[in-house]
Amino acid sequence: MGLISSYRMRLRRRYWRARAFRRRRQLRVVRDRTRSFGPGAILAASTVRNERARLPYFLDYYRAQGVDHFLFVDNGSDDGTCDYLAAQPDVSVWRTRASYADAAYGVDWLNWLLRQHAHRHWCLTVDVDEFLVYPFCDTRPLRALTDWLDASSVRSFGAMILDMYPKGPIGGRSYHEGQNPFEIASWFDSGNYMFERNPMYGNLWIQGGVRARTFFADRPRKAPALNKVPLVRWHRDFVYVSSTHALLPRGLNLTYDAGGGEKTTGVLLHAKFLSLFVDRAAEEAERSEHYRGAGEYRTYAGGLDGQTDLWCKWSERYINWRQLEILGLISKGNWA
Amino acid sequence: MTLGFVLLVHTAFDRAEQVARYFAANGCPVVVHVDGKVRPRLFQQFRDRLADEPLIRFSRRTRVEWGTWSIVRATQMASARLLKDFPDVRHVFLASGSCLPLRPVAELRDYLDAHPETDFIESVTTDHVTWTVDGLEEERFTLRFPFSWRRHRRLFDAYVAVQRRLGLKRRIPPGVSPHLGSQWWCLTRRTLDSILTAPDRAAIDSYFSKVWIPDESYFQSLTRRYSTQVESRPLTLSKFDVHGKPHIFYDDHQPLLERSDCFVARKIWPRAEGLYATFLDDNRTATRRAEPNPGKIDRVFSKANERRGQGRPGLYSQARFPAPGFENGLTCARYNVFSGLDQLFEDFGSWLSGRLGGRVHGHLYAPDRAEFAGGETVMNGCLSDSAALRDYRPTQFLSNLLWSTRGERQTFLFGPGDAQDVVPFIARDPNATIVAVSGAWAVPLSASNADFDTVKAEAARLQRAELVFLRTLRTPGVAARVHQWTLADFLADPPERLRAVMDEMSGPGPRRLTDLPAMRDTRGIPDFLFRLRNGGVKPLVMGNFDSNGTIADRGPAAQRHAG
Repeated sequence: MGLISSYRMRLRRRYWRARAFRRRRQLRVVRDRTRSFGPGAILAASTVRNERARLPYFLDYYRAQGVDHFLFVDNGSDDGTCDYLAAQPDVSVWRTRASYADAAYGVDWLNWLLRQHAHRHWCLTVDVDEFLVYPFCDTRPLRALTDWLDASSVRSFGAMILDMYPKGPIGGRSYHEGQNPFEIASWFDSGNYMFERNPMYGNLWIQGGVRARTFFADRPRKAPALNKVPLVRWHRDFVYVSSTHALLPRGLNLTYDAGGGEKTTGVLLHAKFLSLFVDRAAEEAERSEHYRGAGEYRTYAGGLDGQTDLWCKWSERYINWRQLEILGLISKGNWA
Repeated sequence: MTLGFVLLVHTAFDRAEQVARYFAANGCPVVVHVDGKVRPRLFQQFRDRLADEPLIRFSRRTRVEWGTWSIVRATQMASARLLKDFPDVRHVFLASGSCLPLRPVAELRDYLDAHPETDFIESVTTDHVTWTVDGLEEERFTLRFPFSWRRHRRLFDAYVAVQRRLGLKRRIPPGVSPHLGSQWWCLTRRTLDSILTAPDRAAIDSYFSKVWIPDESYFQSLTRRYSTQVESRPLTLSKFDVHGKPHIFYDDHQPLLERSDCFVARKIWPRAEGLYATFLDDNRTATRRAEPNPGKIDRVFSKANERRGQGRPGLYSQARFPAPGFENGLTCARYNVFSGLDQLFEDFGSWLSGRLGGRVHGHLYAPDRAEFAGGETVMNGCLSDSAALRDYRPTQFLSNLLWSTRGERQTFLFGPGDAQDVVPFIARDPNATIVAVSGAWAVPLSASNADFDTVKAEAARLQRAELVFLRTLRTPGVAARVHQWTLADFLADPPERLRAVMDEMSGPGPRRLTDLPAMRDTRGIPDFLFRLRNGGVKPLVMGNFDSNGTIADRGPAAQRHAG
C-alpha cells in the first residue's frame, strides 16, 4: 500500500464522513437515551422500516447476548415500529422520511450516529433480520468476545451472512411476533461459498449460498455480497463505505488470515426468507430503494411466490455454532 | 503460616480483592502490588476496602510496563515486604490479580510442606526454549533494549538490528547463567532472600534492567545461582497464544480446569462468575489429590494455536483466505482426474466406480453443467451444477466439493472439451492424481458421421485445448501425480497401463486386469489421422501410428511436440 493509495483512501474516508455530515439533518430525534450508557457499553445500530413484527425477538436476542444500548434509525415506518422502539428503555431512536437509497442505503445515517455516540465503544451494526453467532456464543456473552478482541489488539470482527430458509414453501408457516425465526427458517447451504479479495478495500468479497444457488445461478457476478464486518470497536474517524461490507480505514477489513491460518469469525444468521418476505419483495421491488435499484428484489419478486421452496436434499439444519465451526463456515481461531 | 502470596494487580480490583481475601482467610499473608499507573483515588479505595484484613498488606508502587524491568522491580519490592513483615513464611507464591486458585489453599500448603526445600520455577536454558514469540532467545541477555517494544516498535527493531550488525554484545555478569521461564513462580524464603540480599545485587539488577523481558529471566536465572533444589515447572497454569498473549479462561473451562489438578490458573476472565464462585468455595466436594497435570488443557490450547497459525488445509472461508503460496495444501483430500479414458472405453465411469469406490462424477467441468455422480443437480454442501456458477470461480468449485465430501474419495472425468480454467490449479495440487491419454478424443470423432469439415474443426479445437493442458502438466511446480500417455502409447498395452494406475489408487490388485471395460473400435484411427493431416489439421497429441494401423515402436513424437 503506497502513499498515493493511502492518500486516496483518506480522501474517500473524508468523502463518506462529509456525506454523513450532510445527511445528519435528515435525522430527527424521537427518543435519545444515549446519556444512559457508560464508557464500556456495547452498542447495536440498525436502520429499520416497518419491522414491528421482527423487533421483539431481535431486541431480546441481542439483550441476552449483552448489548447494552440500541441506536435505531426509523425510515418512515407506518406500522408502529417507531413508537414501539421509543418505548423501550435501552433504545434511542431517530426518524427520517428521506430516501434510503440517497443515504447510501442507510450508511450515511448510521455513520453519523456512530460518529456521535459510538466512539470507543464496541458497536454491532446489523439489520433486524441478522442474528450474530460467534464461537462459544452459547456459554460466553458478547462482552467476553469484545474483551478478548481488546486483549488481542483486534479492532474488528468479521461475520458473513448465512441465509436461512425453511423446508417447504417460504410462505408455508407464518411468522408471529416474538417467535424465534429459526424455528421456521432453520436450514442453510453449507459449502457453496465463493471468495475473492477486493483489491480496493482489502476485504473479502463473498458470494454464494442459497441466493446464488437459486436466484443467480446464471449470472453469479450479480449475486449479493455476503461478507460483513458488523462488530467494530468504533472510533469517530471510522466509516462504513458500502453497507457493512467494508470499512475505512482498510485495516479493519482484514478479518481473514492470508497466511494460511484462521482468524476468529462468526456468522450473521439471516432470517430473510420468512412468510413476511414474500409480500415485502414485491413492495421493495416497487419502491426501488435498495441496492442496484432493488434489482435483487426484482429478481425475488419475479422468481418468488409463497410456494417457492429453497430447500434441497443437501441443506443443513442449523444446530449450533460448533456445527458451523466443523463445516468451516466460522472459526474459533485461537480463542479457546 | 508457611505460605505467602505476592499479588500483582493492575485491573479488575474486585476480583483481586476476592482472591486476596480468600488467601488471607486461609491464613496466608498477601502483599499486593498495585500498578503505579492506577489512579490514586482508585488505589485508595481498593486499599481501604481491604483495611480490615491484617494479613493483606500493600507494597510501594511502581509504574509497571510490560516487558520491562519495572515488573521485576515491583515483584522485588512486594517480596521483600512479605519476607520482612511475615517471618514465618517459608514459600512465596507470585500471582497476579487475574489468577485463581483451582484447589483449596490447604492442599497447596500440604504440597509445599511435603517439598519444603523445593523452588517451583520454570527455568530453562536458552538453548532449549521453543516458545518465545519474537525469536529473541539468547539475545535477550546479550543485547540492550532501551526502547519499548509496545510503544516504539520500530526503534526497538532498528536498535536490535544495529547491534546485530555491529556485533555489539553485553557481558553477562559472572555467576549468572541465562535461564528463561514462566514469570509465575513459587520460591522458598531461602532462595528469595539470597536473591534479594545478594552482595552484588546492584550490579546484577543493573544488568537485568536492560535485558529483554526480565520478568521471564531474572528470578529464573538467579534461582539457579542459589537454590539447592529446583523443580523446573510453575505451579501456575498459564497458557500463551501464538502472539504471546495469555489464553483466558471462561466459565465453560470449568471441567477442564478441575481435571488439570493444577493449584493456580491464570488468566481468568474477570466476569467468569461461575469460575470464581466454584473455585473460591472451599466447601465444595473434596477433589482427588493428584499431581498437577495440565496435559488436557495443553492440548486444547495448542489446538487453538494450530488453528490460528496453520488453519485447516484446503479450507477457503471468511476466516481463511490464503494468498497464493500460503495455502498449506491447496485442497483438503486426495482426488483423481481421468482425462481421455472415457473416450476410449464404453461406460468408463461406472467401471471406475466399481473399481475405486468413493464418488465417481462425470465431466465436472462439462460446458453445459457439472455432471455430478448419479445425475444429481446439487451435491454435498448444496453445490449447484450450474456451469455459470462453476466457471465463475472454477478452483473454488473444486475445493468446495472436496471440502464438503471430506472422507469420501472423489474422482471425475475431464477432457479438452471441458472448461479448462481449473487445470493449473489441479496441476499444482499434490492431492491430485491425473491420468491422461492425450488424443483419445480422436476415437469417437473418427467414428462420427458428421461432415468432415465439421469434424476437422472440432479436432482442431480439441487438439488446441489439449496442447495447453499437456503443456500445463509439464510446467515447473507441478505437484500432482501425473500418468500421461499418448493414444498410441496407451494402446500398446491398455491393461498394463491401467493396472499401474489402479494399483496406485486402490492398492495392489491382480497382476493383470481381467475385467477391462469394453474398448471402442480404434482400427480406424490411423486412417482418420491420415485424413486429418491431409485436411490441414496436423495430429500432434496422439502419438505415432504407422500406416498399417499398428502402433509404431518409435518414441512418441507427439510428446516432444507437446512439450
